[in-house]
This record gives sequence, C-alpha cells and structure tokens, in this order.
Amino acid sequence: MTEIRMKVNGSVESLDVEPWVSLLDALRERLGLTGPKKGCDQGACGACTVLADGMRINACLALAVQYDGREITTIEGVAHPLQEAFVRHDGFQCGYCTSGQICSAIGMLAEHAAGMPSVVTGPGDRELSETEVRERMSGNLCRCGAYNGIVDAIMDVAGKDAG
Amino acid sequence: MTTKYAETAPATTGTKYVGRPIDRLDGLAKTTGEARFAAEHQYPGLAHAALVHATIARGRVTAVDTAAARAVTGVIEVLTHENAPPMKPAPKFSVLDLSSLASGTSVNYLATDEVHWNGQPMAVVVAETPEAARHAASLVRLTYEERPAVVDFAAEEPNAVQQRSNPVMPSAADKGDARAALAAAPVSVDLRFSTPPHHHNAIEPHATTAVWDGDELTLHEGTQNIPWLRKHLSQRFGVPERNIRVLSPFVGGGFGGKGSVWAGTLLAVLAARATGRAVRLALTRESVYHTVGGRTPSTQRVALGADAEGNLTALIHTSVSRTSRIGGMPEQITSGSRHLYAAQNVHLRQNLVQLDLLANTAMRAPGESIGTFALESAVDELAWELGLDPIELRMRNEPERDPLHGKQFAHRMLREAYALGADRFGWRERDPRPGVMRDGRWLVGMGVATAYHPSWRMPASVTLRLGADGGVVVRCGLHEMGMGAATAQAQIAADAMGVPMEAVRVEYGDSDLPPGPGAGGSAQTASAAAGVLAAAEKLKKSLLAMARRQPDSPLRGRRLEEVEARDGGLFHGGRGQTYAEILAGAGRDHVEAAVKSGMLSFMARTLSERRRYVKAATGAQFCEVRVDPDTGEVRVSRWVGVFDVGTVINEKTANSQLRGGIVMGIGMALSEETLVDQRTGRIMNPSLAEYHVPVHADIPRIDVHYLDEPDPTMPLGLIGVGEVSITGAAAAVANAVRHATGKRVVDLPITLDKVL
Amino acid sequence: MRPFAYVKPADVTAAVRAVATEPRAKFLGGGTNLVDLMREGIERPDTVVDVTGLPLDTVEELPGGGLRIGALVRNSALAADPRVLARYPLLSQALLAGASAQLRNMATVGGNLLQRTRCPYFYDAAAACNKREPGAGCDALEGFNRGSAILGVSESCIATHPSDMSVALAALDAVVEARSVRGTRRIPLTDFHRLPGDNPEIETELALDELITAVELPAAPVAARSRYRKVRDRASYAFALVSVAAALEVRDGAVTEVRLALGGVAPKPWRAREAERILLGGPATEAEFRRAAEAELAPATVRPANAFKVNLARATIVATLRELTTGGEDG
Repeated sequence: MTEIRMKVNGSVESLDVEPWVSLLDALRERLGLTGPKKGCDQGACGACTVLADGMRINACLALAVQYDGREITTIEGVAHPLQEAFVRHDGFQCGYCTSGQICSAIGMLAEHAAGMPSVVTGPGDRELSETEVRERMSGNLCRCGAYNGIVDAIMDVAGKDAG
Repeated sequence: MTTKYAETAPATTGTKYVGRPIDRLDGLAKTTGEARFAAEHQYPGLAHAALVHATIARGRVTAVDTAAARAVTGVIEVLTHENAPPMKPAPKFSVLDLSSLASGTSVNYLATDEVHWNGQPMAVVVAETPEAARHAASLVRLTYEERPAVVDFAAEEPNAVQQRSNPVMPSAADKGDARAALAAAPVSVDLRFSTPPHHHNAIEPHATTAVWDGDELTLHEGTQNIPWLRKHLSQRFGVPERNIRVLSPFVGGGFGGKGSVWAGTLLAVLAARATGRAVRLALTRESVYHTVGGRTPSTQRVALGADAEGNLTALIHTSVSRTSRIGGMPEQITSGSRHLYAAQNVHLRQNLVQLDLLANTAMRAPGESIGTFALESAVDELAWELGLDPIELRMRNEPERDPLHGKQFAHRMLREAYALGADRFGWRERDPRPGVMRDGRWLVGMGVATAYHPSWRMPASVTLRLGADGGVVVRCGLHEMGMGAATAQAQIAADAMGVPMEAVRVEYGDSDLPPGPGAGGSAQTASAAAGVLAAAEKLKKSLLAMARRQPDSPLRGRRLEEVEARDGGLFHGGRGQTYAEILAGAGRDHVEAAVKSGMLSFMARTLSERRRYVKAATGAQFCEVRVDPDTGEVRVSRWVGVFDVGTVINEKTANSQLRGGIVMGIGMALSEETLVDQRTGRIMNPSLAEYHVPVHADIPRIDVHYLDEPDPTMPLGLIGVGEVSITGAAAAVANAVRHATGKRVVDLPITLDKVL
Repeated sequence: MRPFAYVKPADVTAAVRAVATEPRAKFLGGGTNLVDLMREGIERPDTVVDVTGLPLDTVEELPGGGLRIGALVRNSALAADPRVLARYPLLSQALLAGASAQLRNMATVGGNLLQRTRCPYFYDAAAACNKREPGAGCDALEGFNRGSAILGVSESCIATHPSDMSVALAALDAVVEARSVRGTRRIPLTDFHRLPGDNPEIETELALDELITAVELPAAPVAARSRYRKVRDRASYAFALVSVAAALEVRDGAVTEVRLALGGVAPKPWRAREAERILLGGPATEAEFRRAAEAELAPATVRPANAFKVNLARATIVATLRELTTGGEDG
C-alpha cells in the first residue's frame, strides 16, 4: 500500500492504494466518484476522462500512485456552462459517455485557447471550427451517436466565451 | 387525421407538450455525474467478480487448477463446475411466454464441463477488490479435451437450410415465377453481398450488482426488459418473482445487447448466492464480447429484373445468416423486400446455419439493417443499368398496397419523404455520371436509399396517480437507455391530464412498478403511450364521477366526451373544477387508475391487426461522400434523412435517436466488423481500439426531417423511431461511393482497400 | 494486473540503479501502453520504476539549430512546441495524428518509442505469438493480417510497429540517448528498432537496464517543408494502415534533398532509403515519385489480406510528395 494525497474536486483526499490501482478505480471505488465511467479500461473510449491539473487524461490508464500530489477534477467537481448546453442541445442519450465528453470538452477548450494545434489545423488557423471540434473530441466515443448535439453544445459555449 | 383505431383518448385534450422539443428530464443527472449506473451502487461487504473464459471452441474441461488464483490476496472464492451451486436450466422457448426469449443461450453455466464456444465463461472468481478478481481470473488454468467445431461462417454458408417461419416473421415468400421473370427481363442485376458480424458496443459494459437477503434478491442491472429478466432469474434460481427486485433506472446504451439475459448476470447472482456476499460483476470490454451475442454475419443475393421503363418484373432476395447450437435469433433479412417494391414476381428465402459460436442476438433493426443494405444497393445498381435516376426508379415501383398480399399500408409516405429529402439535400445538383463530381481533389458522390422498419407494440401496464396537490405520477417500468422514455411519457401524460409538465413525475426502471414494455423493436414509446392514455382516461372518468357527486360542481351531469382536461382540472366550456378541488370535495388525498395489458389478449389483437395492415416506419436517406482518389478513404460529408414516423412526441429526443441510428449505420457502412478467427471461433478484436465504431471526426452534420403525419393505427399516431434510421443507411453510403467512384462495393464494411 | 513493487526515483542515477539489479523491472512513463499491457497480462514486471518525476521534460536548443527533446516531454507538448512546428512540422503532425488528445497529454516521447504492436494475436493470451512467447508460433500468418507488415517481416512475425512519432523521427535522422549504470549511449533512431528475424520478442537495441533520456534532432532545413500523412480506417483515433513522413526540397524541378519514412508497413519505422536514392537529383515529377515508391516496395512480402498495402503505400507516397511539390492543395 502506498499513501497518496490528491486534491480532488477542491478537497484534499488522502488514501492508501496498491500501486496497481488505476486512478479511475481509486476515484470510483475508493472516493465514490462514479461520474468518470469505465467504458473500456484501455484508453479506447474516453468515458473515464478527468482533468489532471486542468489537463484532460484517461484515468483508466493512469496509476493512482502516479498522481500523488496532483489536482484532479471529475465531472462531480465541474460547474461549467457546457453542462447546461449539453442538455439544451441534447448532446447525449444514455448518458454513460457524458461525463467524459464534458470533461474532455473543458480540457479541449483550454488547449485550443492555449494555442495547441490539431491534425486538421492549417497554418495560421485560430478559429475553433466544427471540424476542429470533431477532431479534437475524437477521443470520446458516443455509441448513441449524439455527436451533432455535442458539437453544437461545444460551439455554443465556445462562441459565448469568444464573444 | 381522424382516429380509425381505438386507443386515443376520446376526451378532448390539448397538445401543449406533445410535439415540442423539450429537454430531457434526466439531463441534469447525466451532465453532473449524479446518475448511477448498475456498477455504481455500494453495499456493505461488496465483493467483486471476474470471469474466466474458455479458449477453445468446443469440447470439455478435463481439469481445473485454481490453486494459483486462490492464493491471490483477497480472493474469496473460485467457482467452477466442480463446486458451483446448481442453477436450473434455461427455460425452453414457448410462444405463450415470450419471456422464454430472454435466455441469451441455453447453456447452464458452471453446471457443465462442456465448452460450446470460444470465450464461454467456465469459472468465476470472487474477491475483495476488482483488481484481485481480475488478476486471479487470469491465473485459473483449464485443461481441455477438444472436439471438432464448426465456426467458419463462410465455409458453412453453402450448407444453410431454410429458417423456420412464424406468423410475425415469415422466412419465405413467392409471388409468380421470379426466376423466369428475371431470365426474361430486358434489364437486370444479380448481386451477391456480405455483411460481417457486428457488436453493440454500448459504452457501458454489462454490469450486475447482486444482493441476496435470504431468498430475496436485489439486482442493479442495465436491462432492456425488466419483466423478462426478473422472470428468468426466478426460473433459474427457484425463487418467486415477487422476491426479486430489479433496479434499472439508467441503462448505458443497449441497442439490443441488453435485451436478453447473458452469462454475466446469472453468474453474478450465482456468485452472490454462493459466497453470501453482495457481488458486483462489471464485465471487461473483452468479456462483453465473449459473453454477449452480437449481430449475425450474412451473405445475400439480390437479383432484380425490370422492363425498359424500370418497372420491376422480378425481385429475388435470399439470405444466409447464422445462429448457434446453443441459441440465437434468426433474422428477418428479407423483410424490406416484402414490402417496398411493386414487383410482379417475387422470390424470398431466409436460410440459416448453426455454428459453434456464442449465440447471436438482436442488434438495432435486426434483419432490416443488413437486409436493406443488399436490397437498396441492388436497386441503385439497377438504376445505373437503366440509366434512370435512383429516386425515379423507386417512385415507379412504389406500391399502393402491400405487394405480396395486397394488404393496406397503415401509413406510407415514401413519395413525400423522397420529395422533401431531394429538396433539402439538393439532389438536383447531382451530376448523374459517376466519378465526375469533385471538391478539390476529393471525389464527391451522392446516394439515396430507403429506410424500412416494421412498427410494433408490446403490452404495457401503467398506473397514474393524481395527488391532492394536482401532481400526476406515471408509474411504469419503462427502460431508459437514452431514448428519453420518461420525458416523452411525461409530455403525453401532461397533455392527457391537462396539467403542466412540471406537475408530472414519471417513475420507471424498477420491477416494483407496473411492468412496462420491453425496450425493443422500437415499440416502447407507443406501447407505453397506449397505457398512459388509457390510464388517463380511466383517471378522468373517476374524477368526473367524483365531481358529479359534488352538489356545487359545474361538472354535474356532464359526460366525459363533453369535458376538457386543461389547466389542472376538468372543464366544460368556461366552467369546471381543478383536480385539487375535485379531490378536496370528495375528501380524497389521491386517486389512482391502473391499466393492465395481458400478453395473450395482446397477441391476439396484434395478429388480427397484422392481418389487415402492414405497419412500418419508413424514410428516405440521402448521403454525400468524399472519396480520396489516391487512397480510397471514404468520408461521409453530408446527410439528410426524412422519416415517416407518424406523430413526433419530442423533436429533440427523436432527432437524437434518428441521428444515432444513422451514425451506427455509417459505422456499419465504413468501419465496423467483428473479426472471428475462422480456425478457432475466437473474436480477435474484442476492444474499442480495434472494433471501429465511428468517432466524432467520422460524423458530419446530420439533418433529420419528419413528415409528421399521424399513423391512424397507432396511439397518438406515433411510430417508434429507435431503429428505422439505421436501415438503408449503409446502402446510402455504398450508393454514394458508387456514384463517386463507379465502384460497387458489395462487402461491408467499405474499407479503403475495397475502394482503392 | 499482476502485483508489483513501485518505486519513484528522484533522479536519473537512482532510476537506472533501480533497474540495474532487477531484471524484471520496467520503466513507467505516461502509462498509455504499459498499463494496458500489464492489465492484459502481457507485460508482467516485478518492479515498476516510475520515471515521470525525473527532470527530463524539456525541449532544448542544440548548437546548429537542432533540438534535444527530453524523454518525458509529453506528446501534446512536443506537438505544440513552436520550434517543432517551425522546423519539423512533420513531427508535430505525426504526434497529432496519433491516439487521442487525452492519450497525447499522458504519453511521453520515450514511451512512444517503446510502444508495442497492436497485432491482435499479440494481445490475446490464447493465441500463438512469437513476440509474446518465443517459439509459440504466429497465428497472424494465416489469421487476421490485414493490418500486418509487408516489409522487413520474417516467418516468425509480421507485426507492425504502431508509433506515428517514430516514423517522423526516422525521417529526421533522430538519435536516441540512453543511460544505464554503465554510462550513456547514443543510438540512431533508424537502428533503434529491430526487425523480427527469429527473435521478434527483442524489439529494440535498448538493454533491459537502459533508460531513454532524450531524443536529439539534428538541424534539417529540408524538414521545414515536410508532411506526415496517415491513412487509417476511421477519420481519427485509429492506428495507421499506412503512413508517410516526407520532407522534400526541389530546385529547378530537381530533387535536391529528400527524407522519406513509412509507418504501418513494417515491424519498425521504415526509412525508405531506396526511394530516397532514386529521388535524389532526379526530376520532381509524379512519374519519378511512383518509380521511387515502387522500388522501395518491390521487396514487399504480402498476404492476401494485406496485399493492398503495396498499392496504398505507393499511392500515399506519391500523393504526399506531390503535395509537397505543389504547395499543399490537398490540405
């Protein structure tokens, strides 16, 4: 067992974990934060997306011990206009990928604002187009196929931020 | 349009909510992480289970070595056929009890050493932590005696035999002499198609939390059919149904994959009973592939003959799909071909092989999704042969009555769907020649296809309760896996009772509630709506009776037909009483109305209705693709779908469902394929990394339109929207690729190597 | 996951010491591949040495215009580095074409070099795989091998190397720096990964106790005009069927400098030296691009399901070089 301390959704949590416990399982099973979902447990669906020091990561491929001293935000710690926008634009159906989509979108907007390019970014492109959003959000699968609504919700919020 | 068929409320009601794009009621729970799914419930002493899968296709386990697994810290028990408590065998199928369809397979897990498919669960490890359970499961050693297995669909396909027919799912049809007509036709096409196995891949892997208290069982499980699940568990574990509580308020996607009872559920319940612990079995993604069936592969032949004007003289559609020796569901692959075209001669056959693989199961529009790929591709190819616009060819063959038996269509607006779609899509801009439209270097292609899915209704029991505060509670064991089930029923109930939507609460996803319809066959919304409307009618009747007994009531002497439910009460002209007033006057704190639907009477009515009508949702799919001329990569760049789904209850959630079907159809068209090793029967891509469901970047804006004409044979005129939009979708893509490149791809998925 | 001891050394010296006496130790970076493989039971280390705390996460200038990239620089950070974007755009594009944004935020440069194959038979413990279990045989030879390699394969293994980044690095003549208790070594990237031969389980030149500390990129003015083109089964978030890393300089219609490497076609990032040889000094025409591609692909060993990769690789090479000569109208 290793004792780790993380700031999770604003409060400092101290817990003993075996080194093979993933950050996702630590959050879900030890801290009761079941917002981040386990869809594949192998970095292939994005349902487990959380923010580590503001950066989006897949919690399923992270060992909890590696995040000792870090600041983790799960959907439970999020209060963001995207949440309302997801409802208004129907950016989900079953809801299982939604926590990950929203956390990922928050991280994505921050990355874009910081100048991070994507594979579809042309030289000099600054605008967050729908094509950009689709590429940047491609690490979050939605089997219900709510992609249009998700993109609409993100564009809506991104537009407001920009304006 | 007036109602020809009973079920809709005779009392005048407004449509204040039905038809409006209302935000889904569980939106907040799903966007804040509050929604708890089946694997997210804690119990004191909760233990965790993991499965051990067979690695051979057929044979017997001759030895089990669990020593290493038992030595893992935290392991509580390792259950195998040598020590597991017995479970009763799966019930045999009976038409009198459709819950007998709930058996995913006929295998009595852990009661047998027999291996029936590669991946069958042969042992369950129960441990204090999920990590220990999974690690220990990897240490269980099984020794086998192998037997020859038949696992190669392509090799076995020539040995197929005709499927058994039943009244709702015929496997053959003949009209005239289609073979002779084909031979004599001046223009014809004769194509062979193949479609691979698919998996549902709901993002929530199947999970069960099972808690025994004596002979009482509480189960958290994402299911598409609470009553079937409960009855099945009652039969397998020998306890009365009333002892079993199934809680399923959130289902993280189903698409058919959570309609039957599969090994994980049974083994979680078994493990909980064997260990005396609350047990959670959250399947790994790989375990889902190995224990939950998917869509059958198919081979199909579609041959069409036409005269020079494009009138169909022959339509031949034959198919081979597969089931398993231990179960599985034959699919109605030629269903669209029965009803879509006015061909003079028709020959339809559905054939089947049985393999030593996990049983297949329903996946979104079983039969029609893959059947329309073949049919609608062939119709498109015939249009090329004729030099005719593919929409025009379809319109020339659009029947007035059902082509096989002359039955009436309950609803049929394909002409209108194509007209509206062509307009919205800009079909006129399409240069009919192949390979000439370009956008920069990209080749551009446009394709159309018809969507077709039969409309069904299932029995549903509903209780409506009106409280003294005027609030309405709808109680029905609905299944919410993303359709917005509760939202739609709240809208319907609010209108039927004439109350604001905020005054309606829908209770669902719980076996303690009146049994709802299963979430399958696109039937839930209409089935529950019938129950809600009937219960509302009953409730209003009771309320009116109460009012009429009150001396000062302005409703005295009024009959139900004269009364309008609005503003939270019953009114005649400008005068009436609120529900609260009626209840207060009667000295009651609530009133309830219950509607129960029995299976037998329901089936009798369904069959008699089917004798008169052909009932279906239809649509016109318009797809534009871009094809890279160097690499053959195909990208869908635009989509318009126009659907005839009767009355739309909630445009927002219906849009999402219809788009979702199209997205899955695009996946089916371009990238989805379960790889079953033909030597071993083992699934080789049991992961979301290697089974390619569409990602954000694959999906363009999808415009969905409705004709919004009520179907007179359905409650409120609504037809289910869950499945129709995946049908025709893959053909629309294939037809667009044909237009862009001149190449007809007949084997799904249309990967670049088939286009290059 | 098999239990293991976890150590998190504070400096490089301690890190390499931690593995020097532990033959079954593994360095852990971002975890995006290793944690998955450990959960699948394919990697089974006794000790995991977490190197993410080491000060190897910066990109520094080298004299002459090259860059020294710390082994723990995250894929996303490297892709966004303005110097990389300006001098080696193909490297940024390769990184951004890989995986998803979340994974790129986790994955390190050193870890990316050590990614293991996605061959389905490698991933399934029930299948025969010489890479996972030397001598077991190879189920991919007669199984699902649409994604398998066509160049540099052997009868013991036809698995591809999955990294995009490494393909760009191969084109850029990158050098891998590795440290052990015995000292520091520099290994050219094109020699870093090995072909399977009879020992597909040995994938790189790295000794068990060696830690990748940096990757050095020599100055390469040609790379300012470069492109990474990835062809895959969906528009994003999928491994390459074929990828091409190319840099090209053309003067008066003739190729004066060229770098070409291929991904998705070989067990290692494939530097296309034969194609480069043909192209260099010749006319920058589509016909020459095709001739060069065909020469490079001539030794291909194909199976029915992956034979298309020859045509696809040729077409992608030609398209990428064409794009670099015509000014990127392909976008």
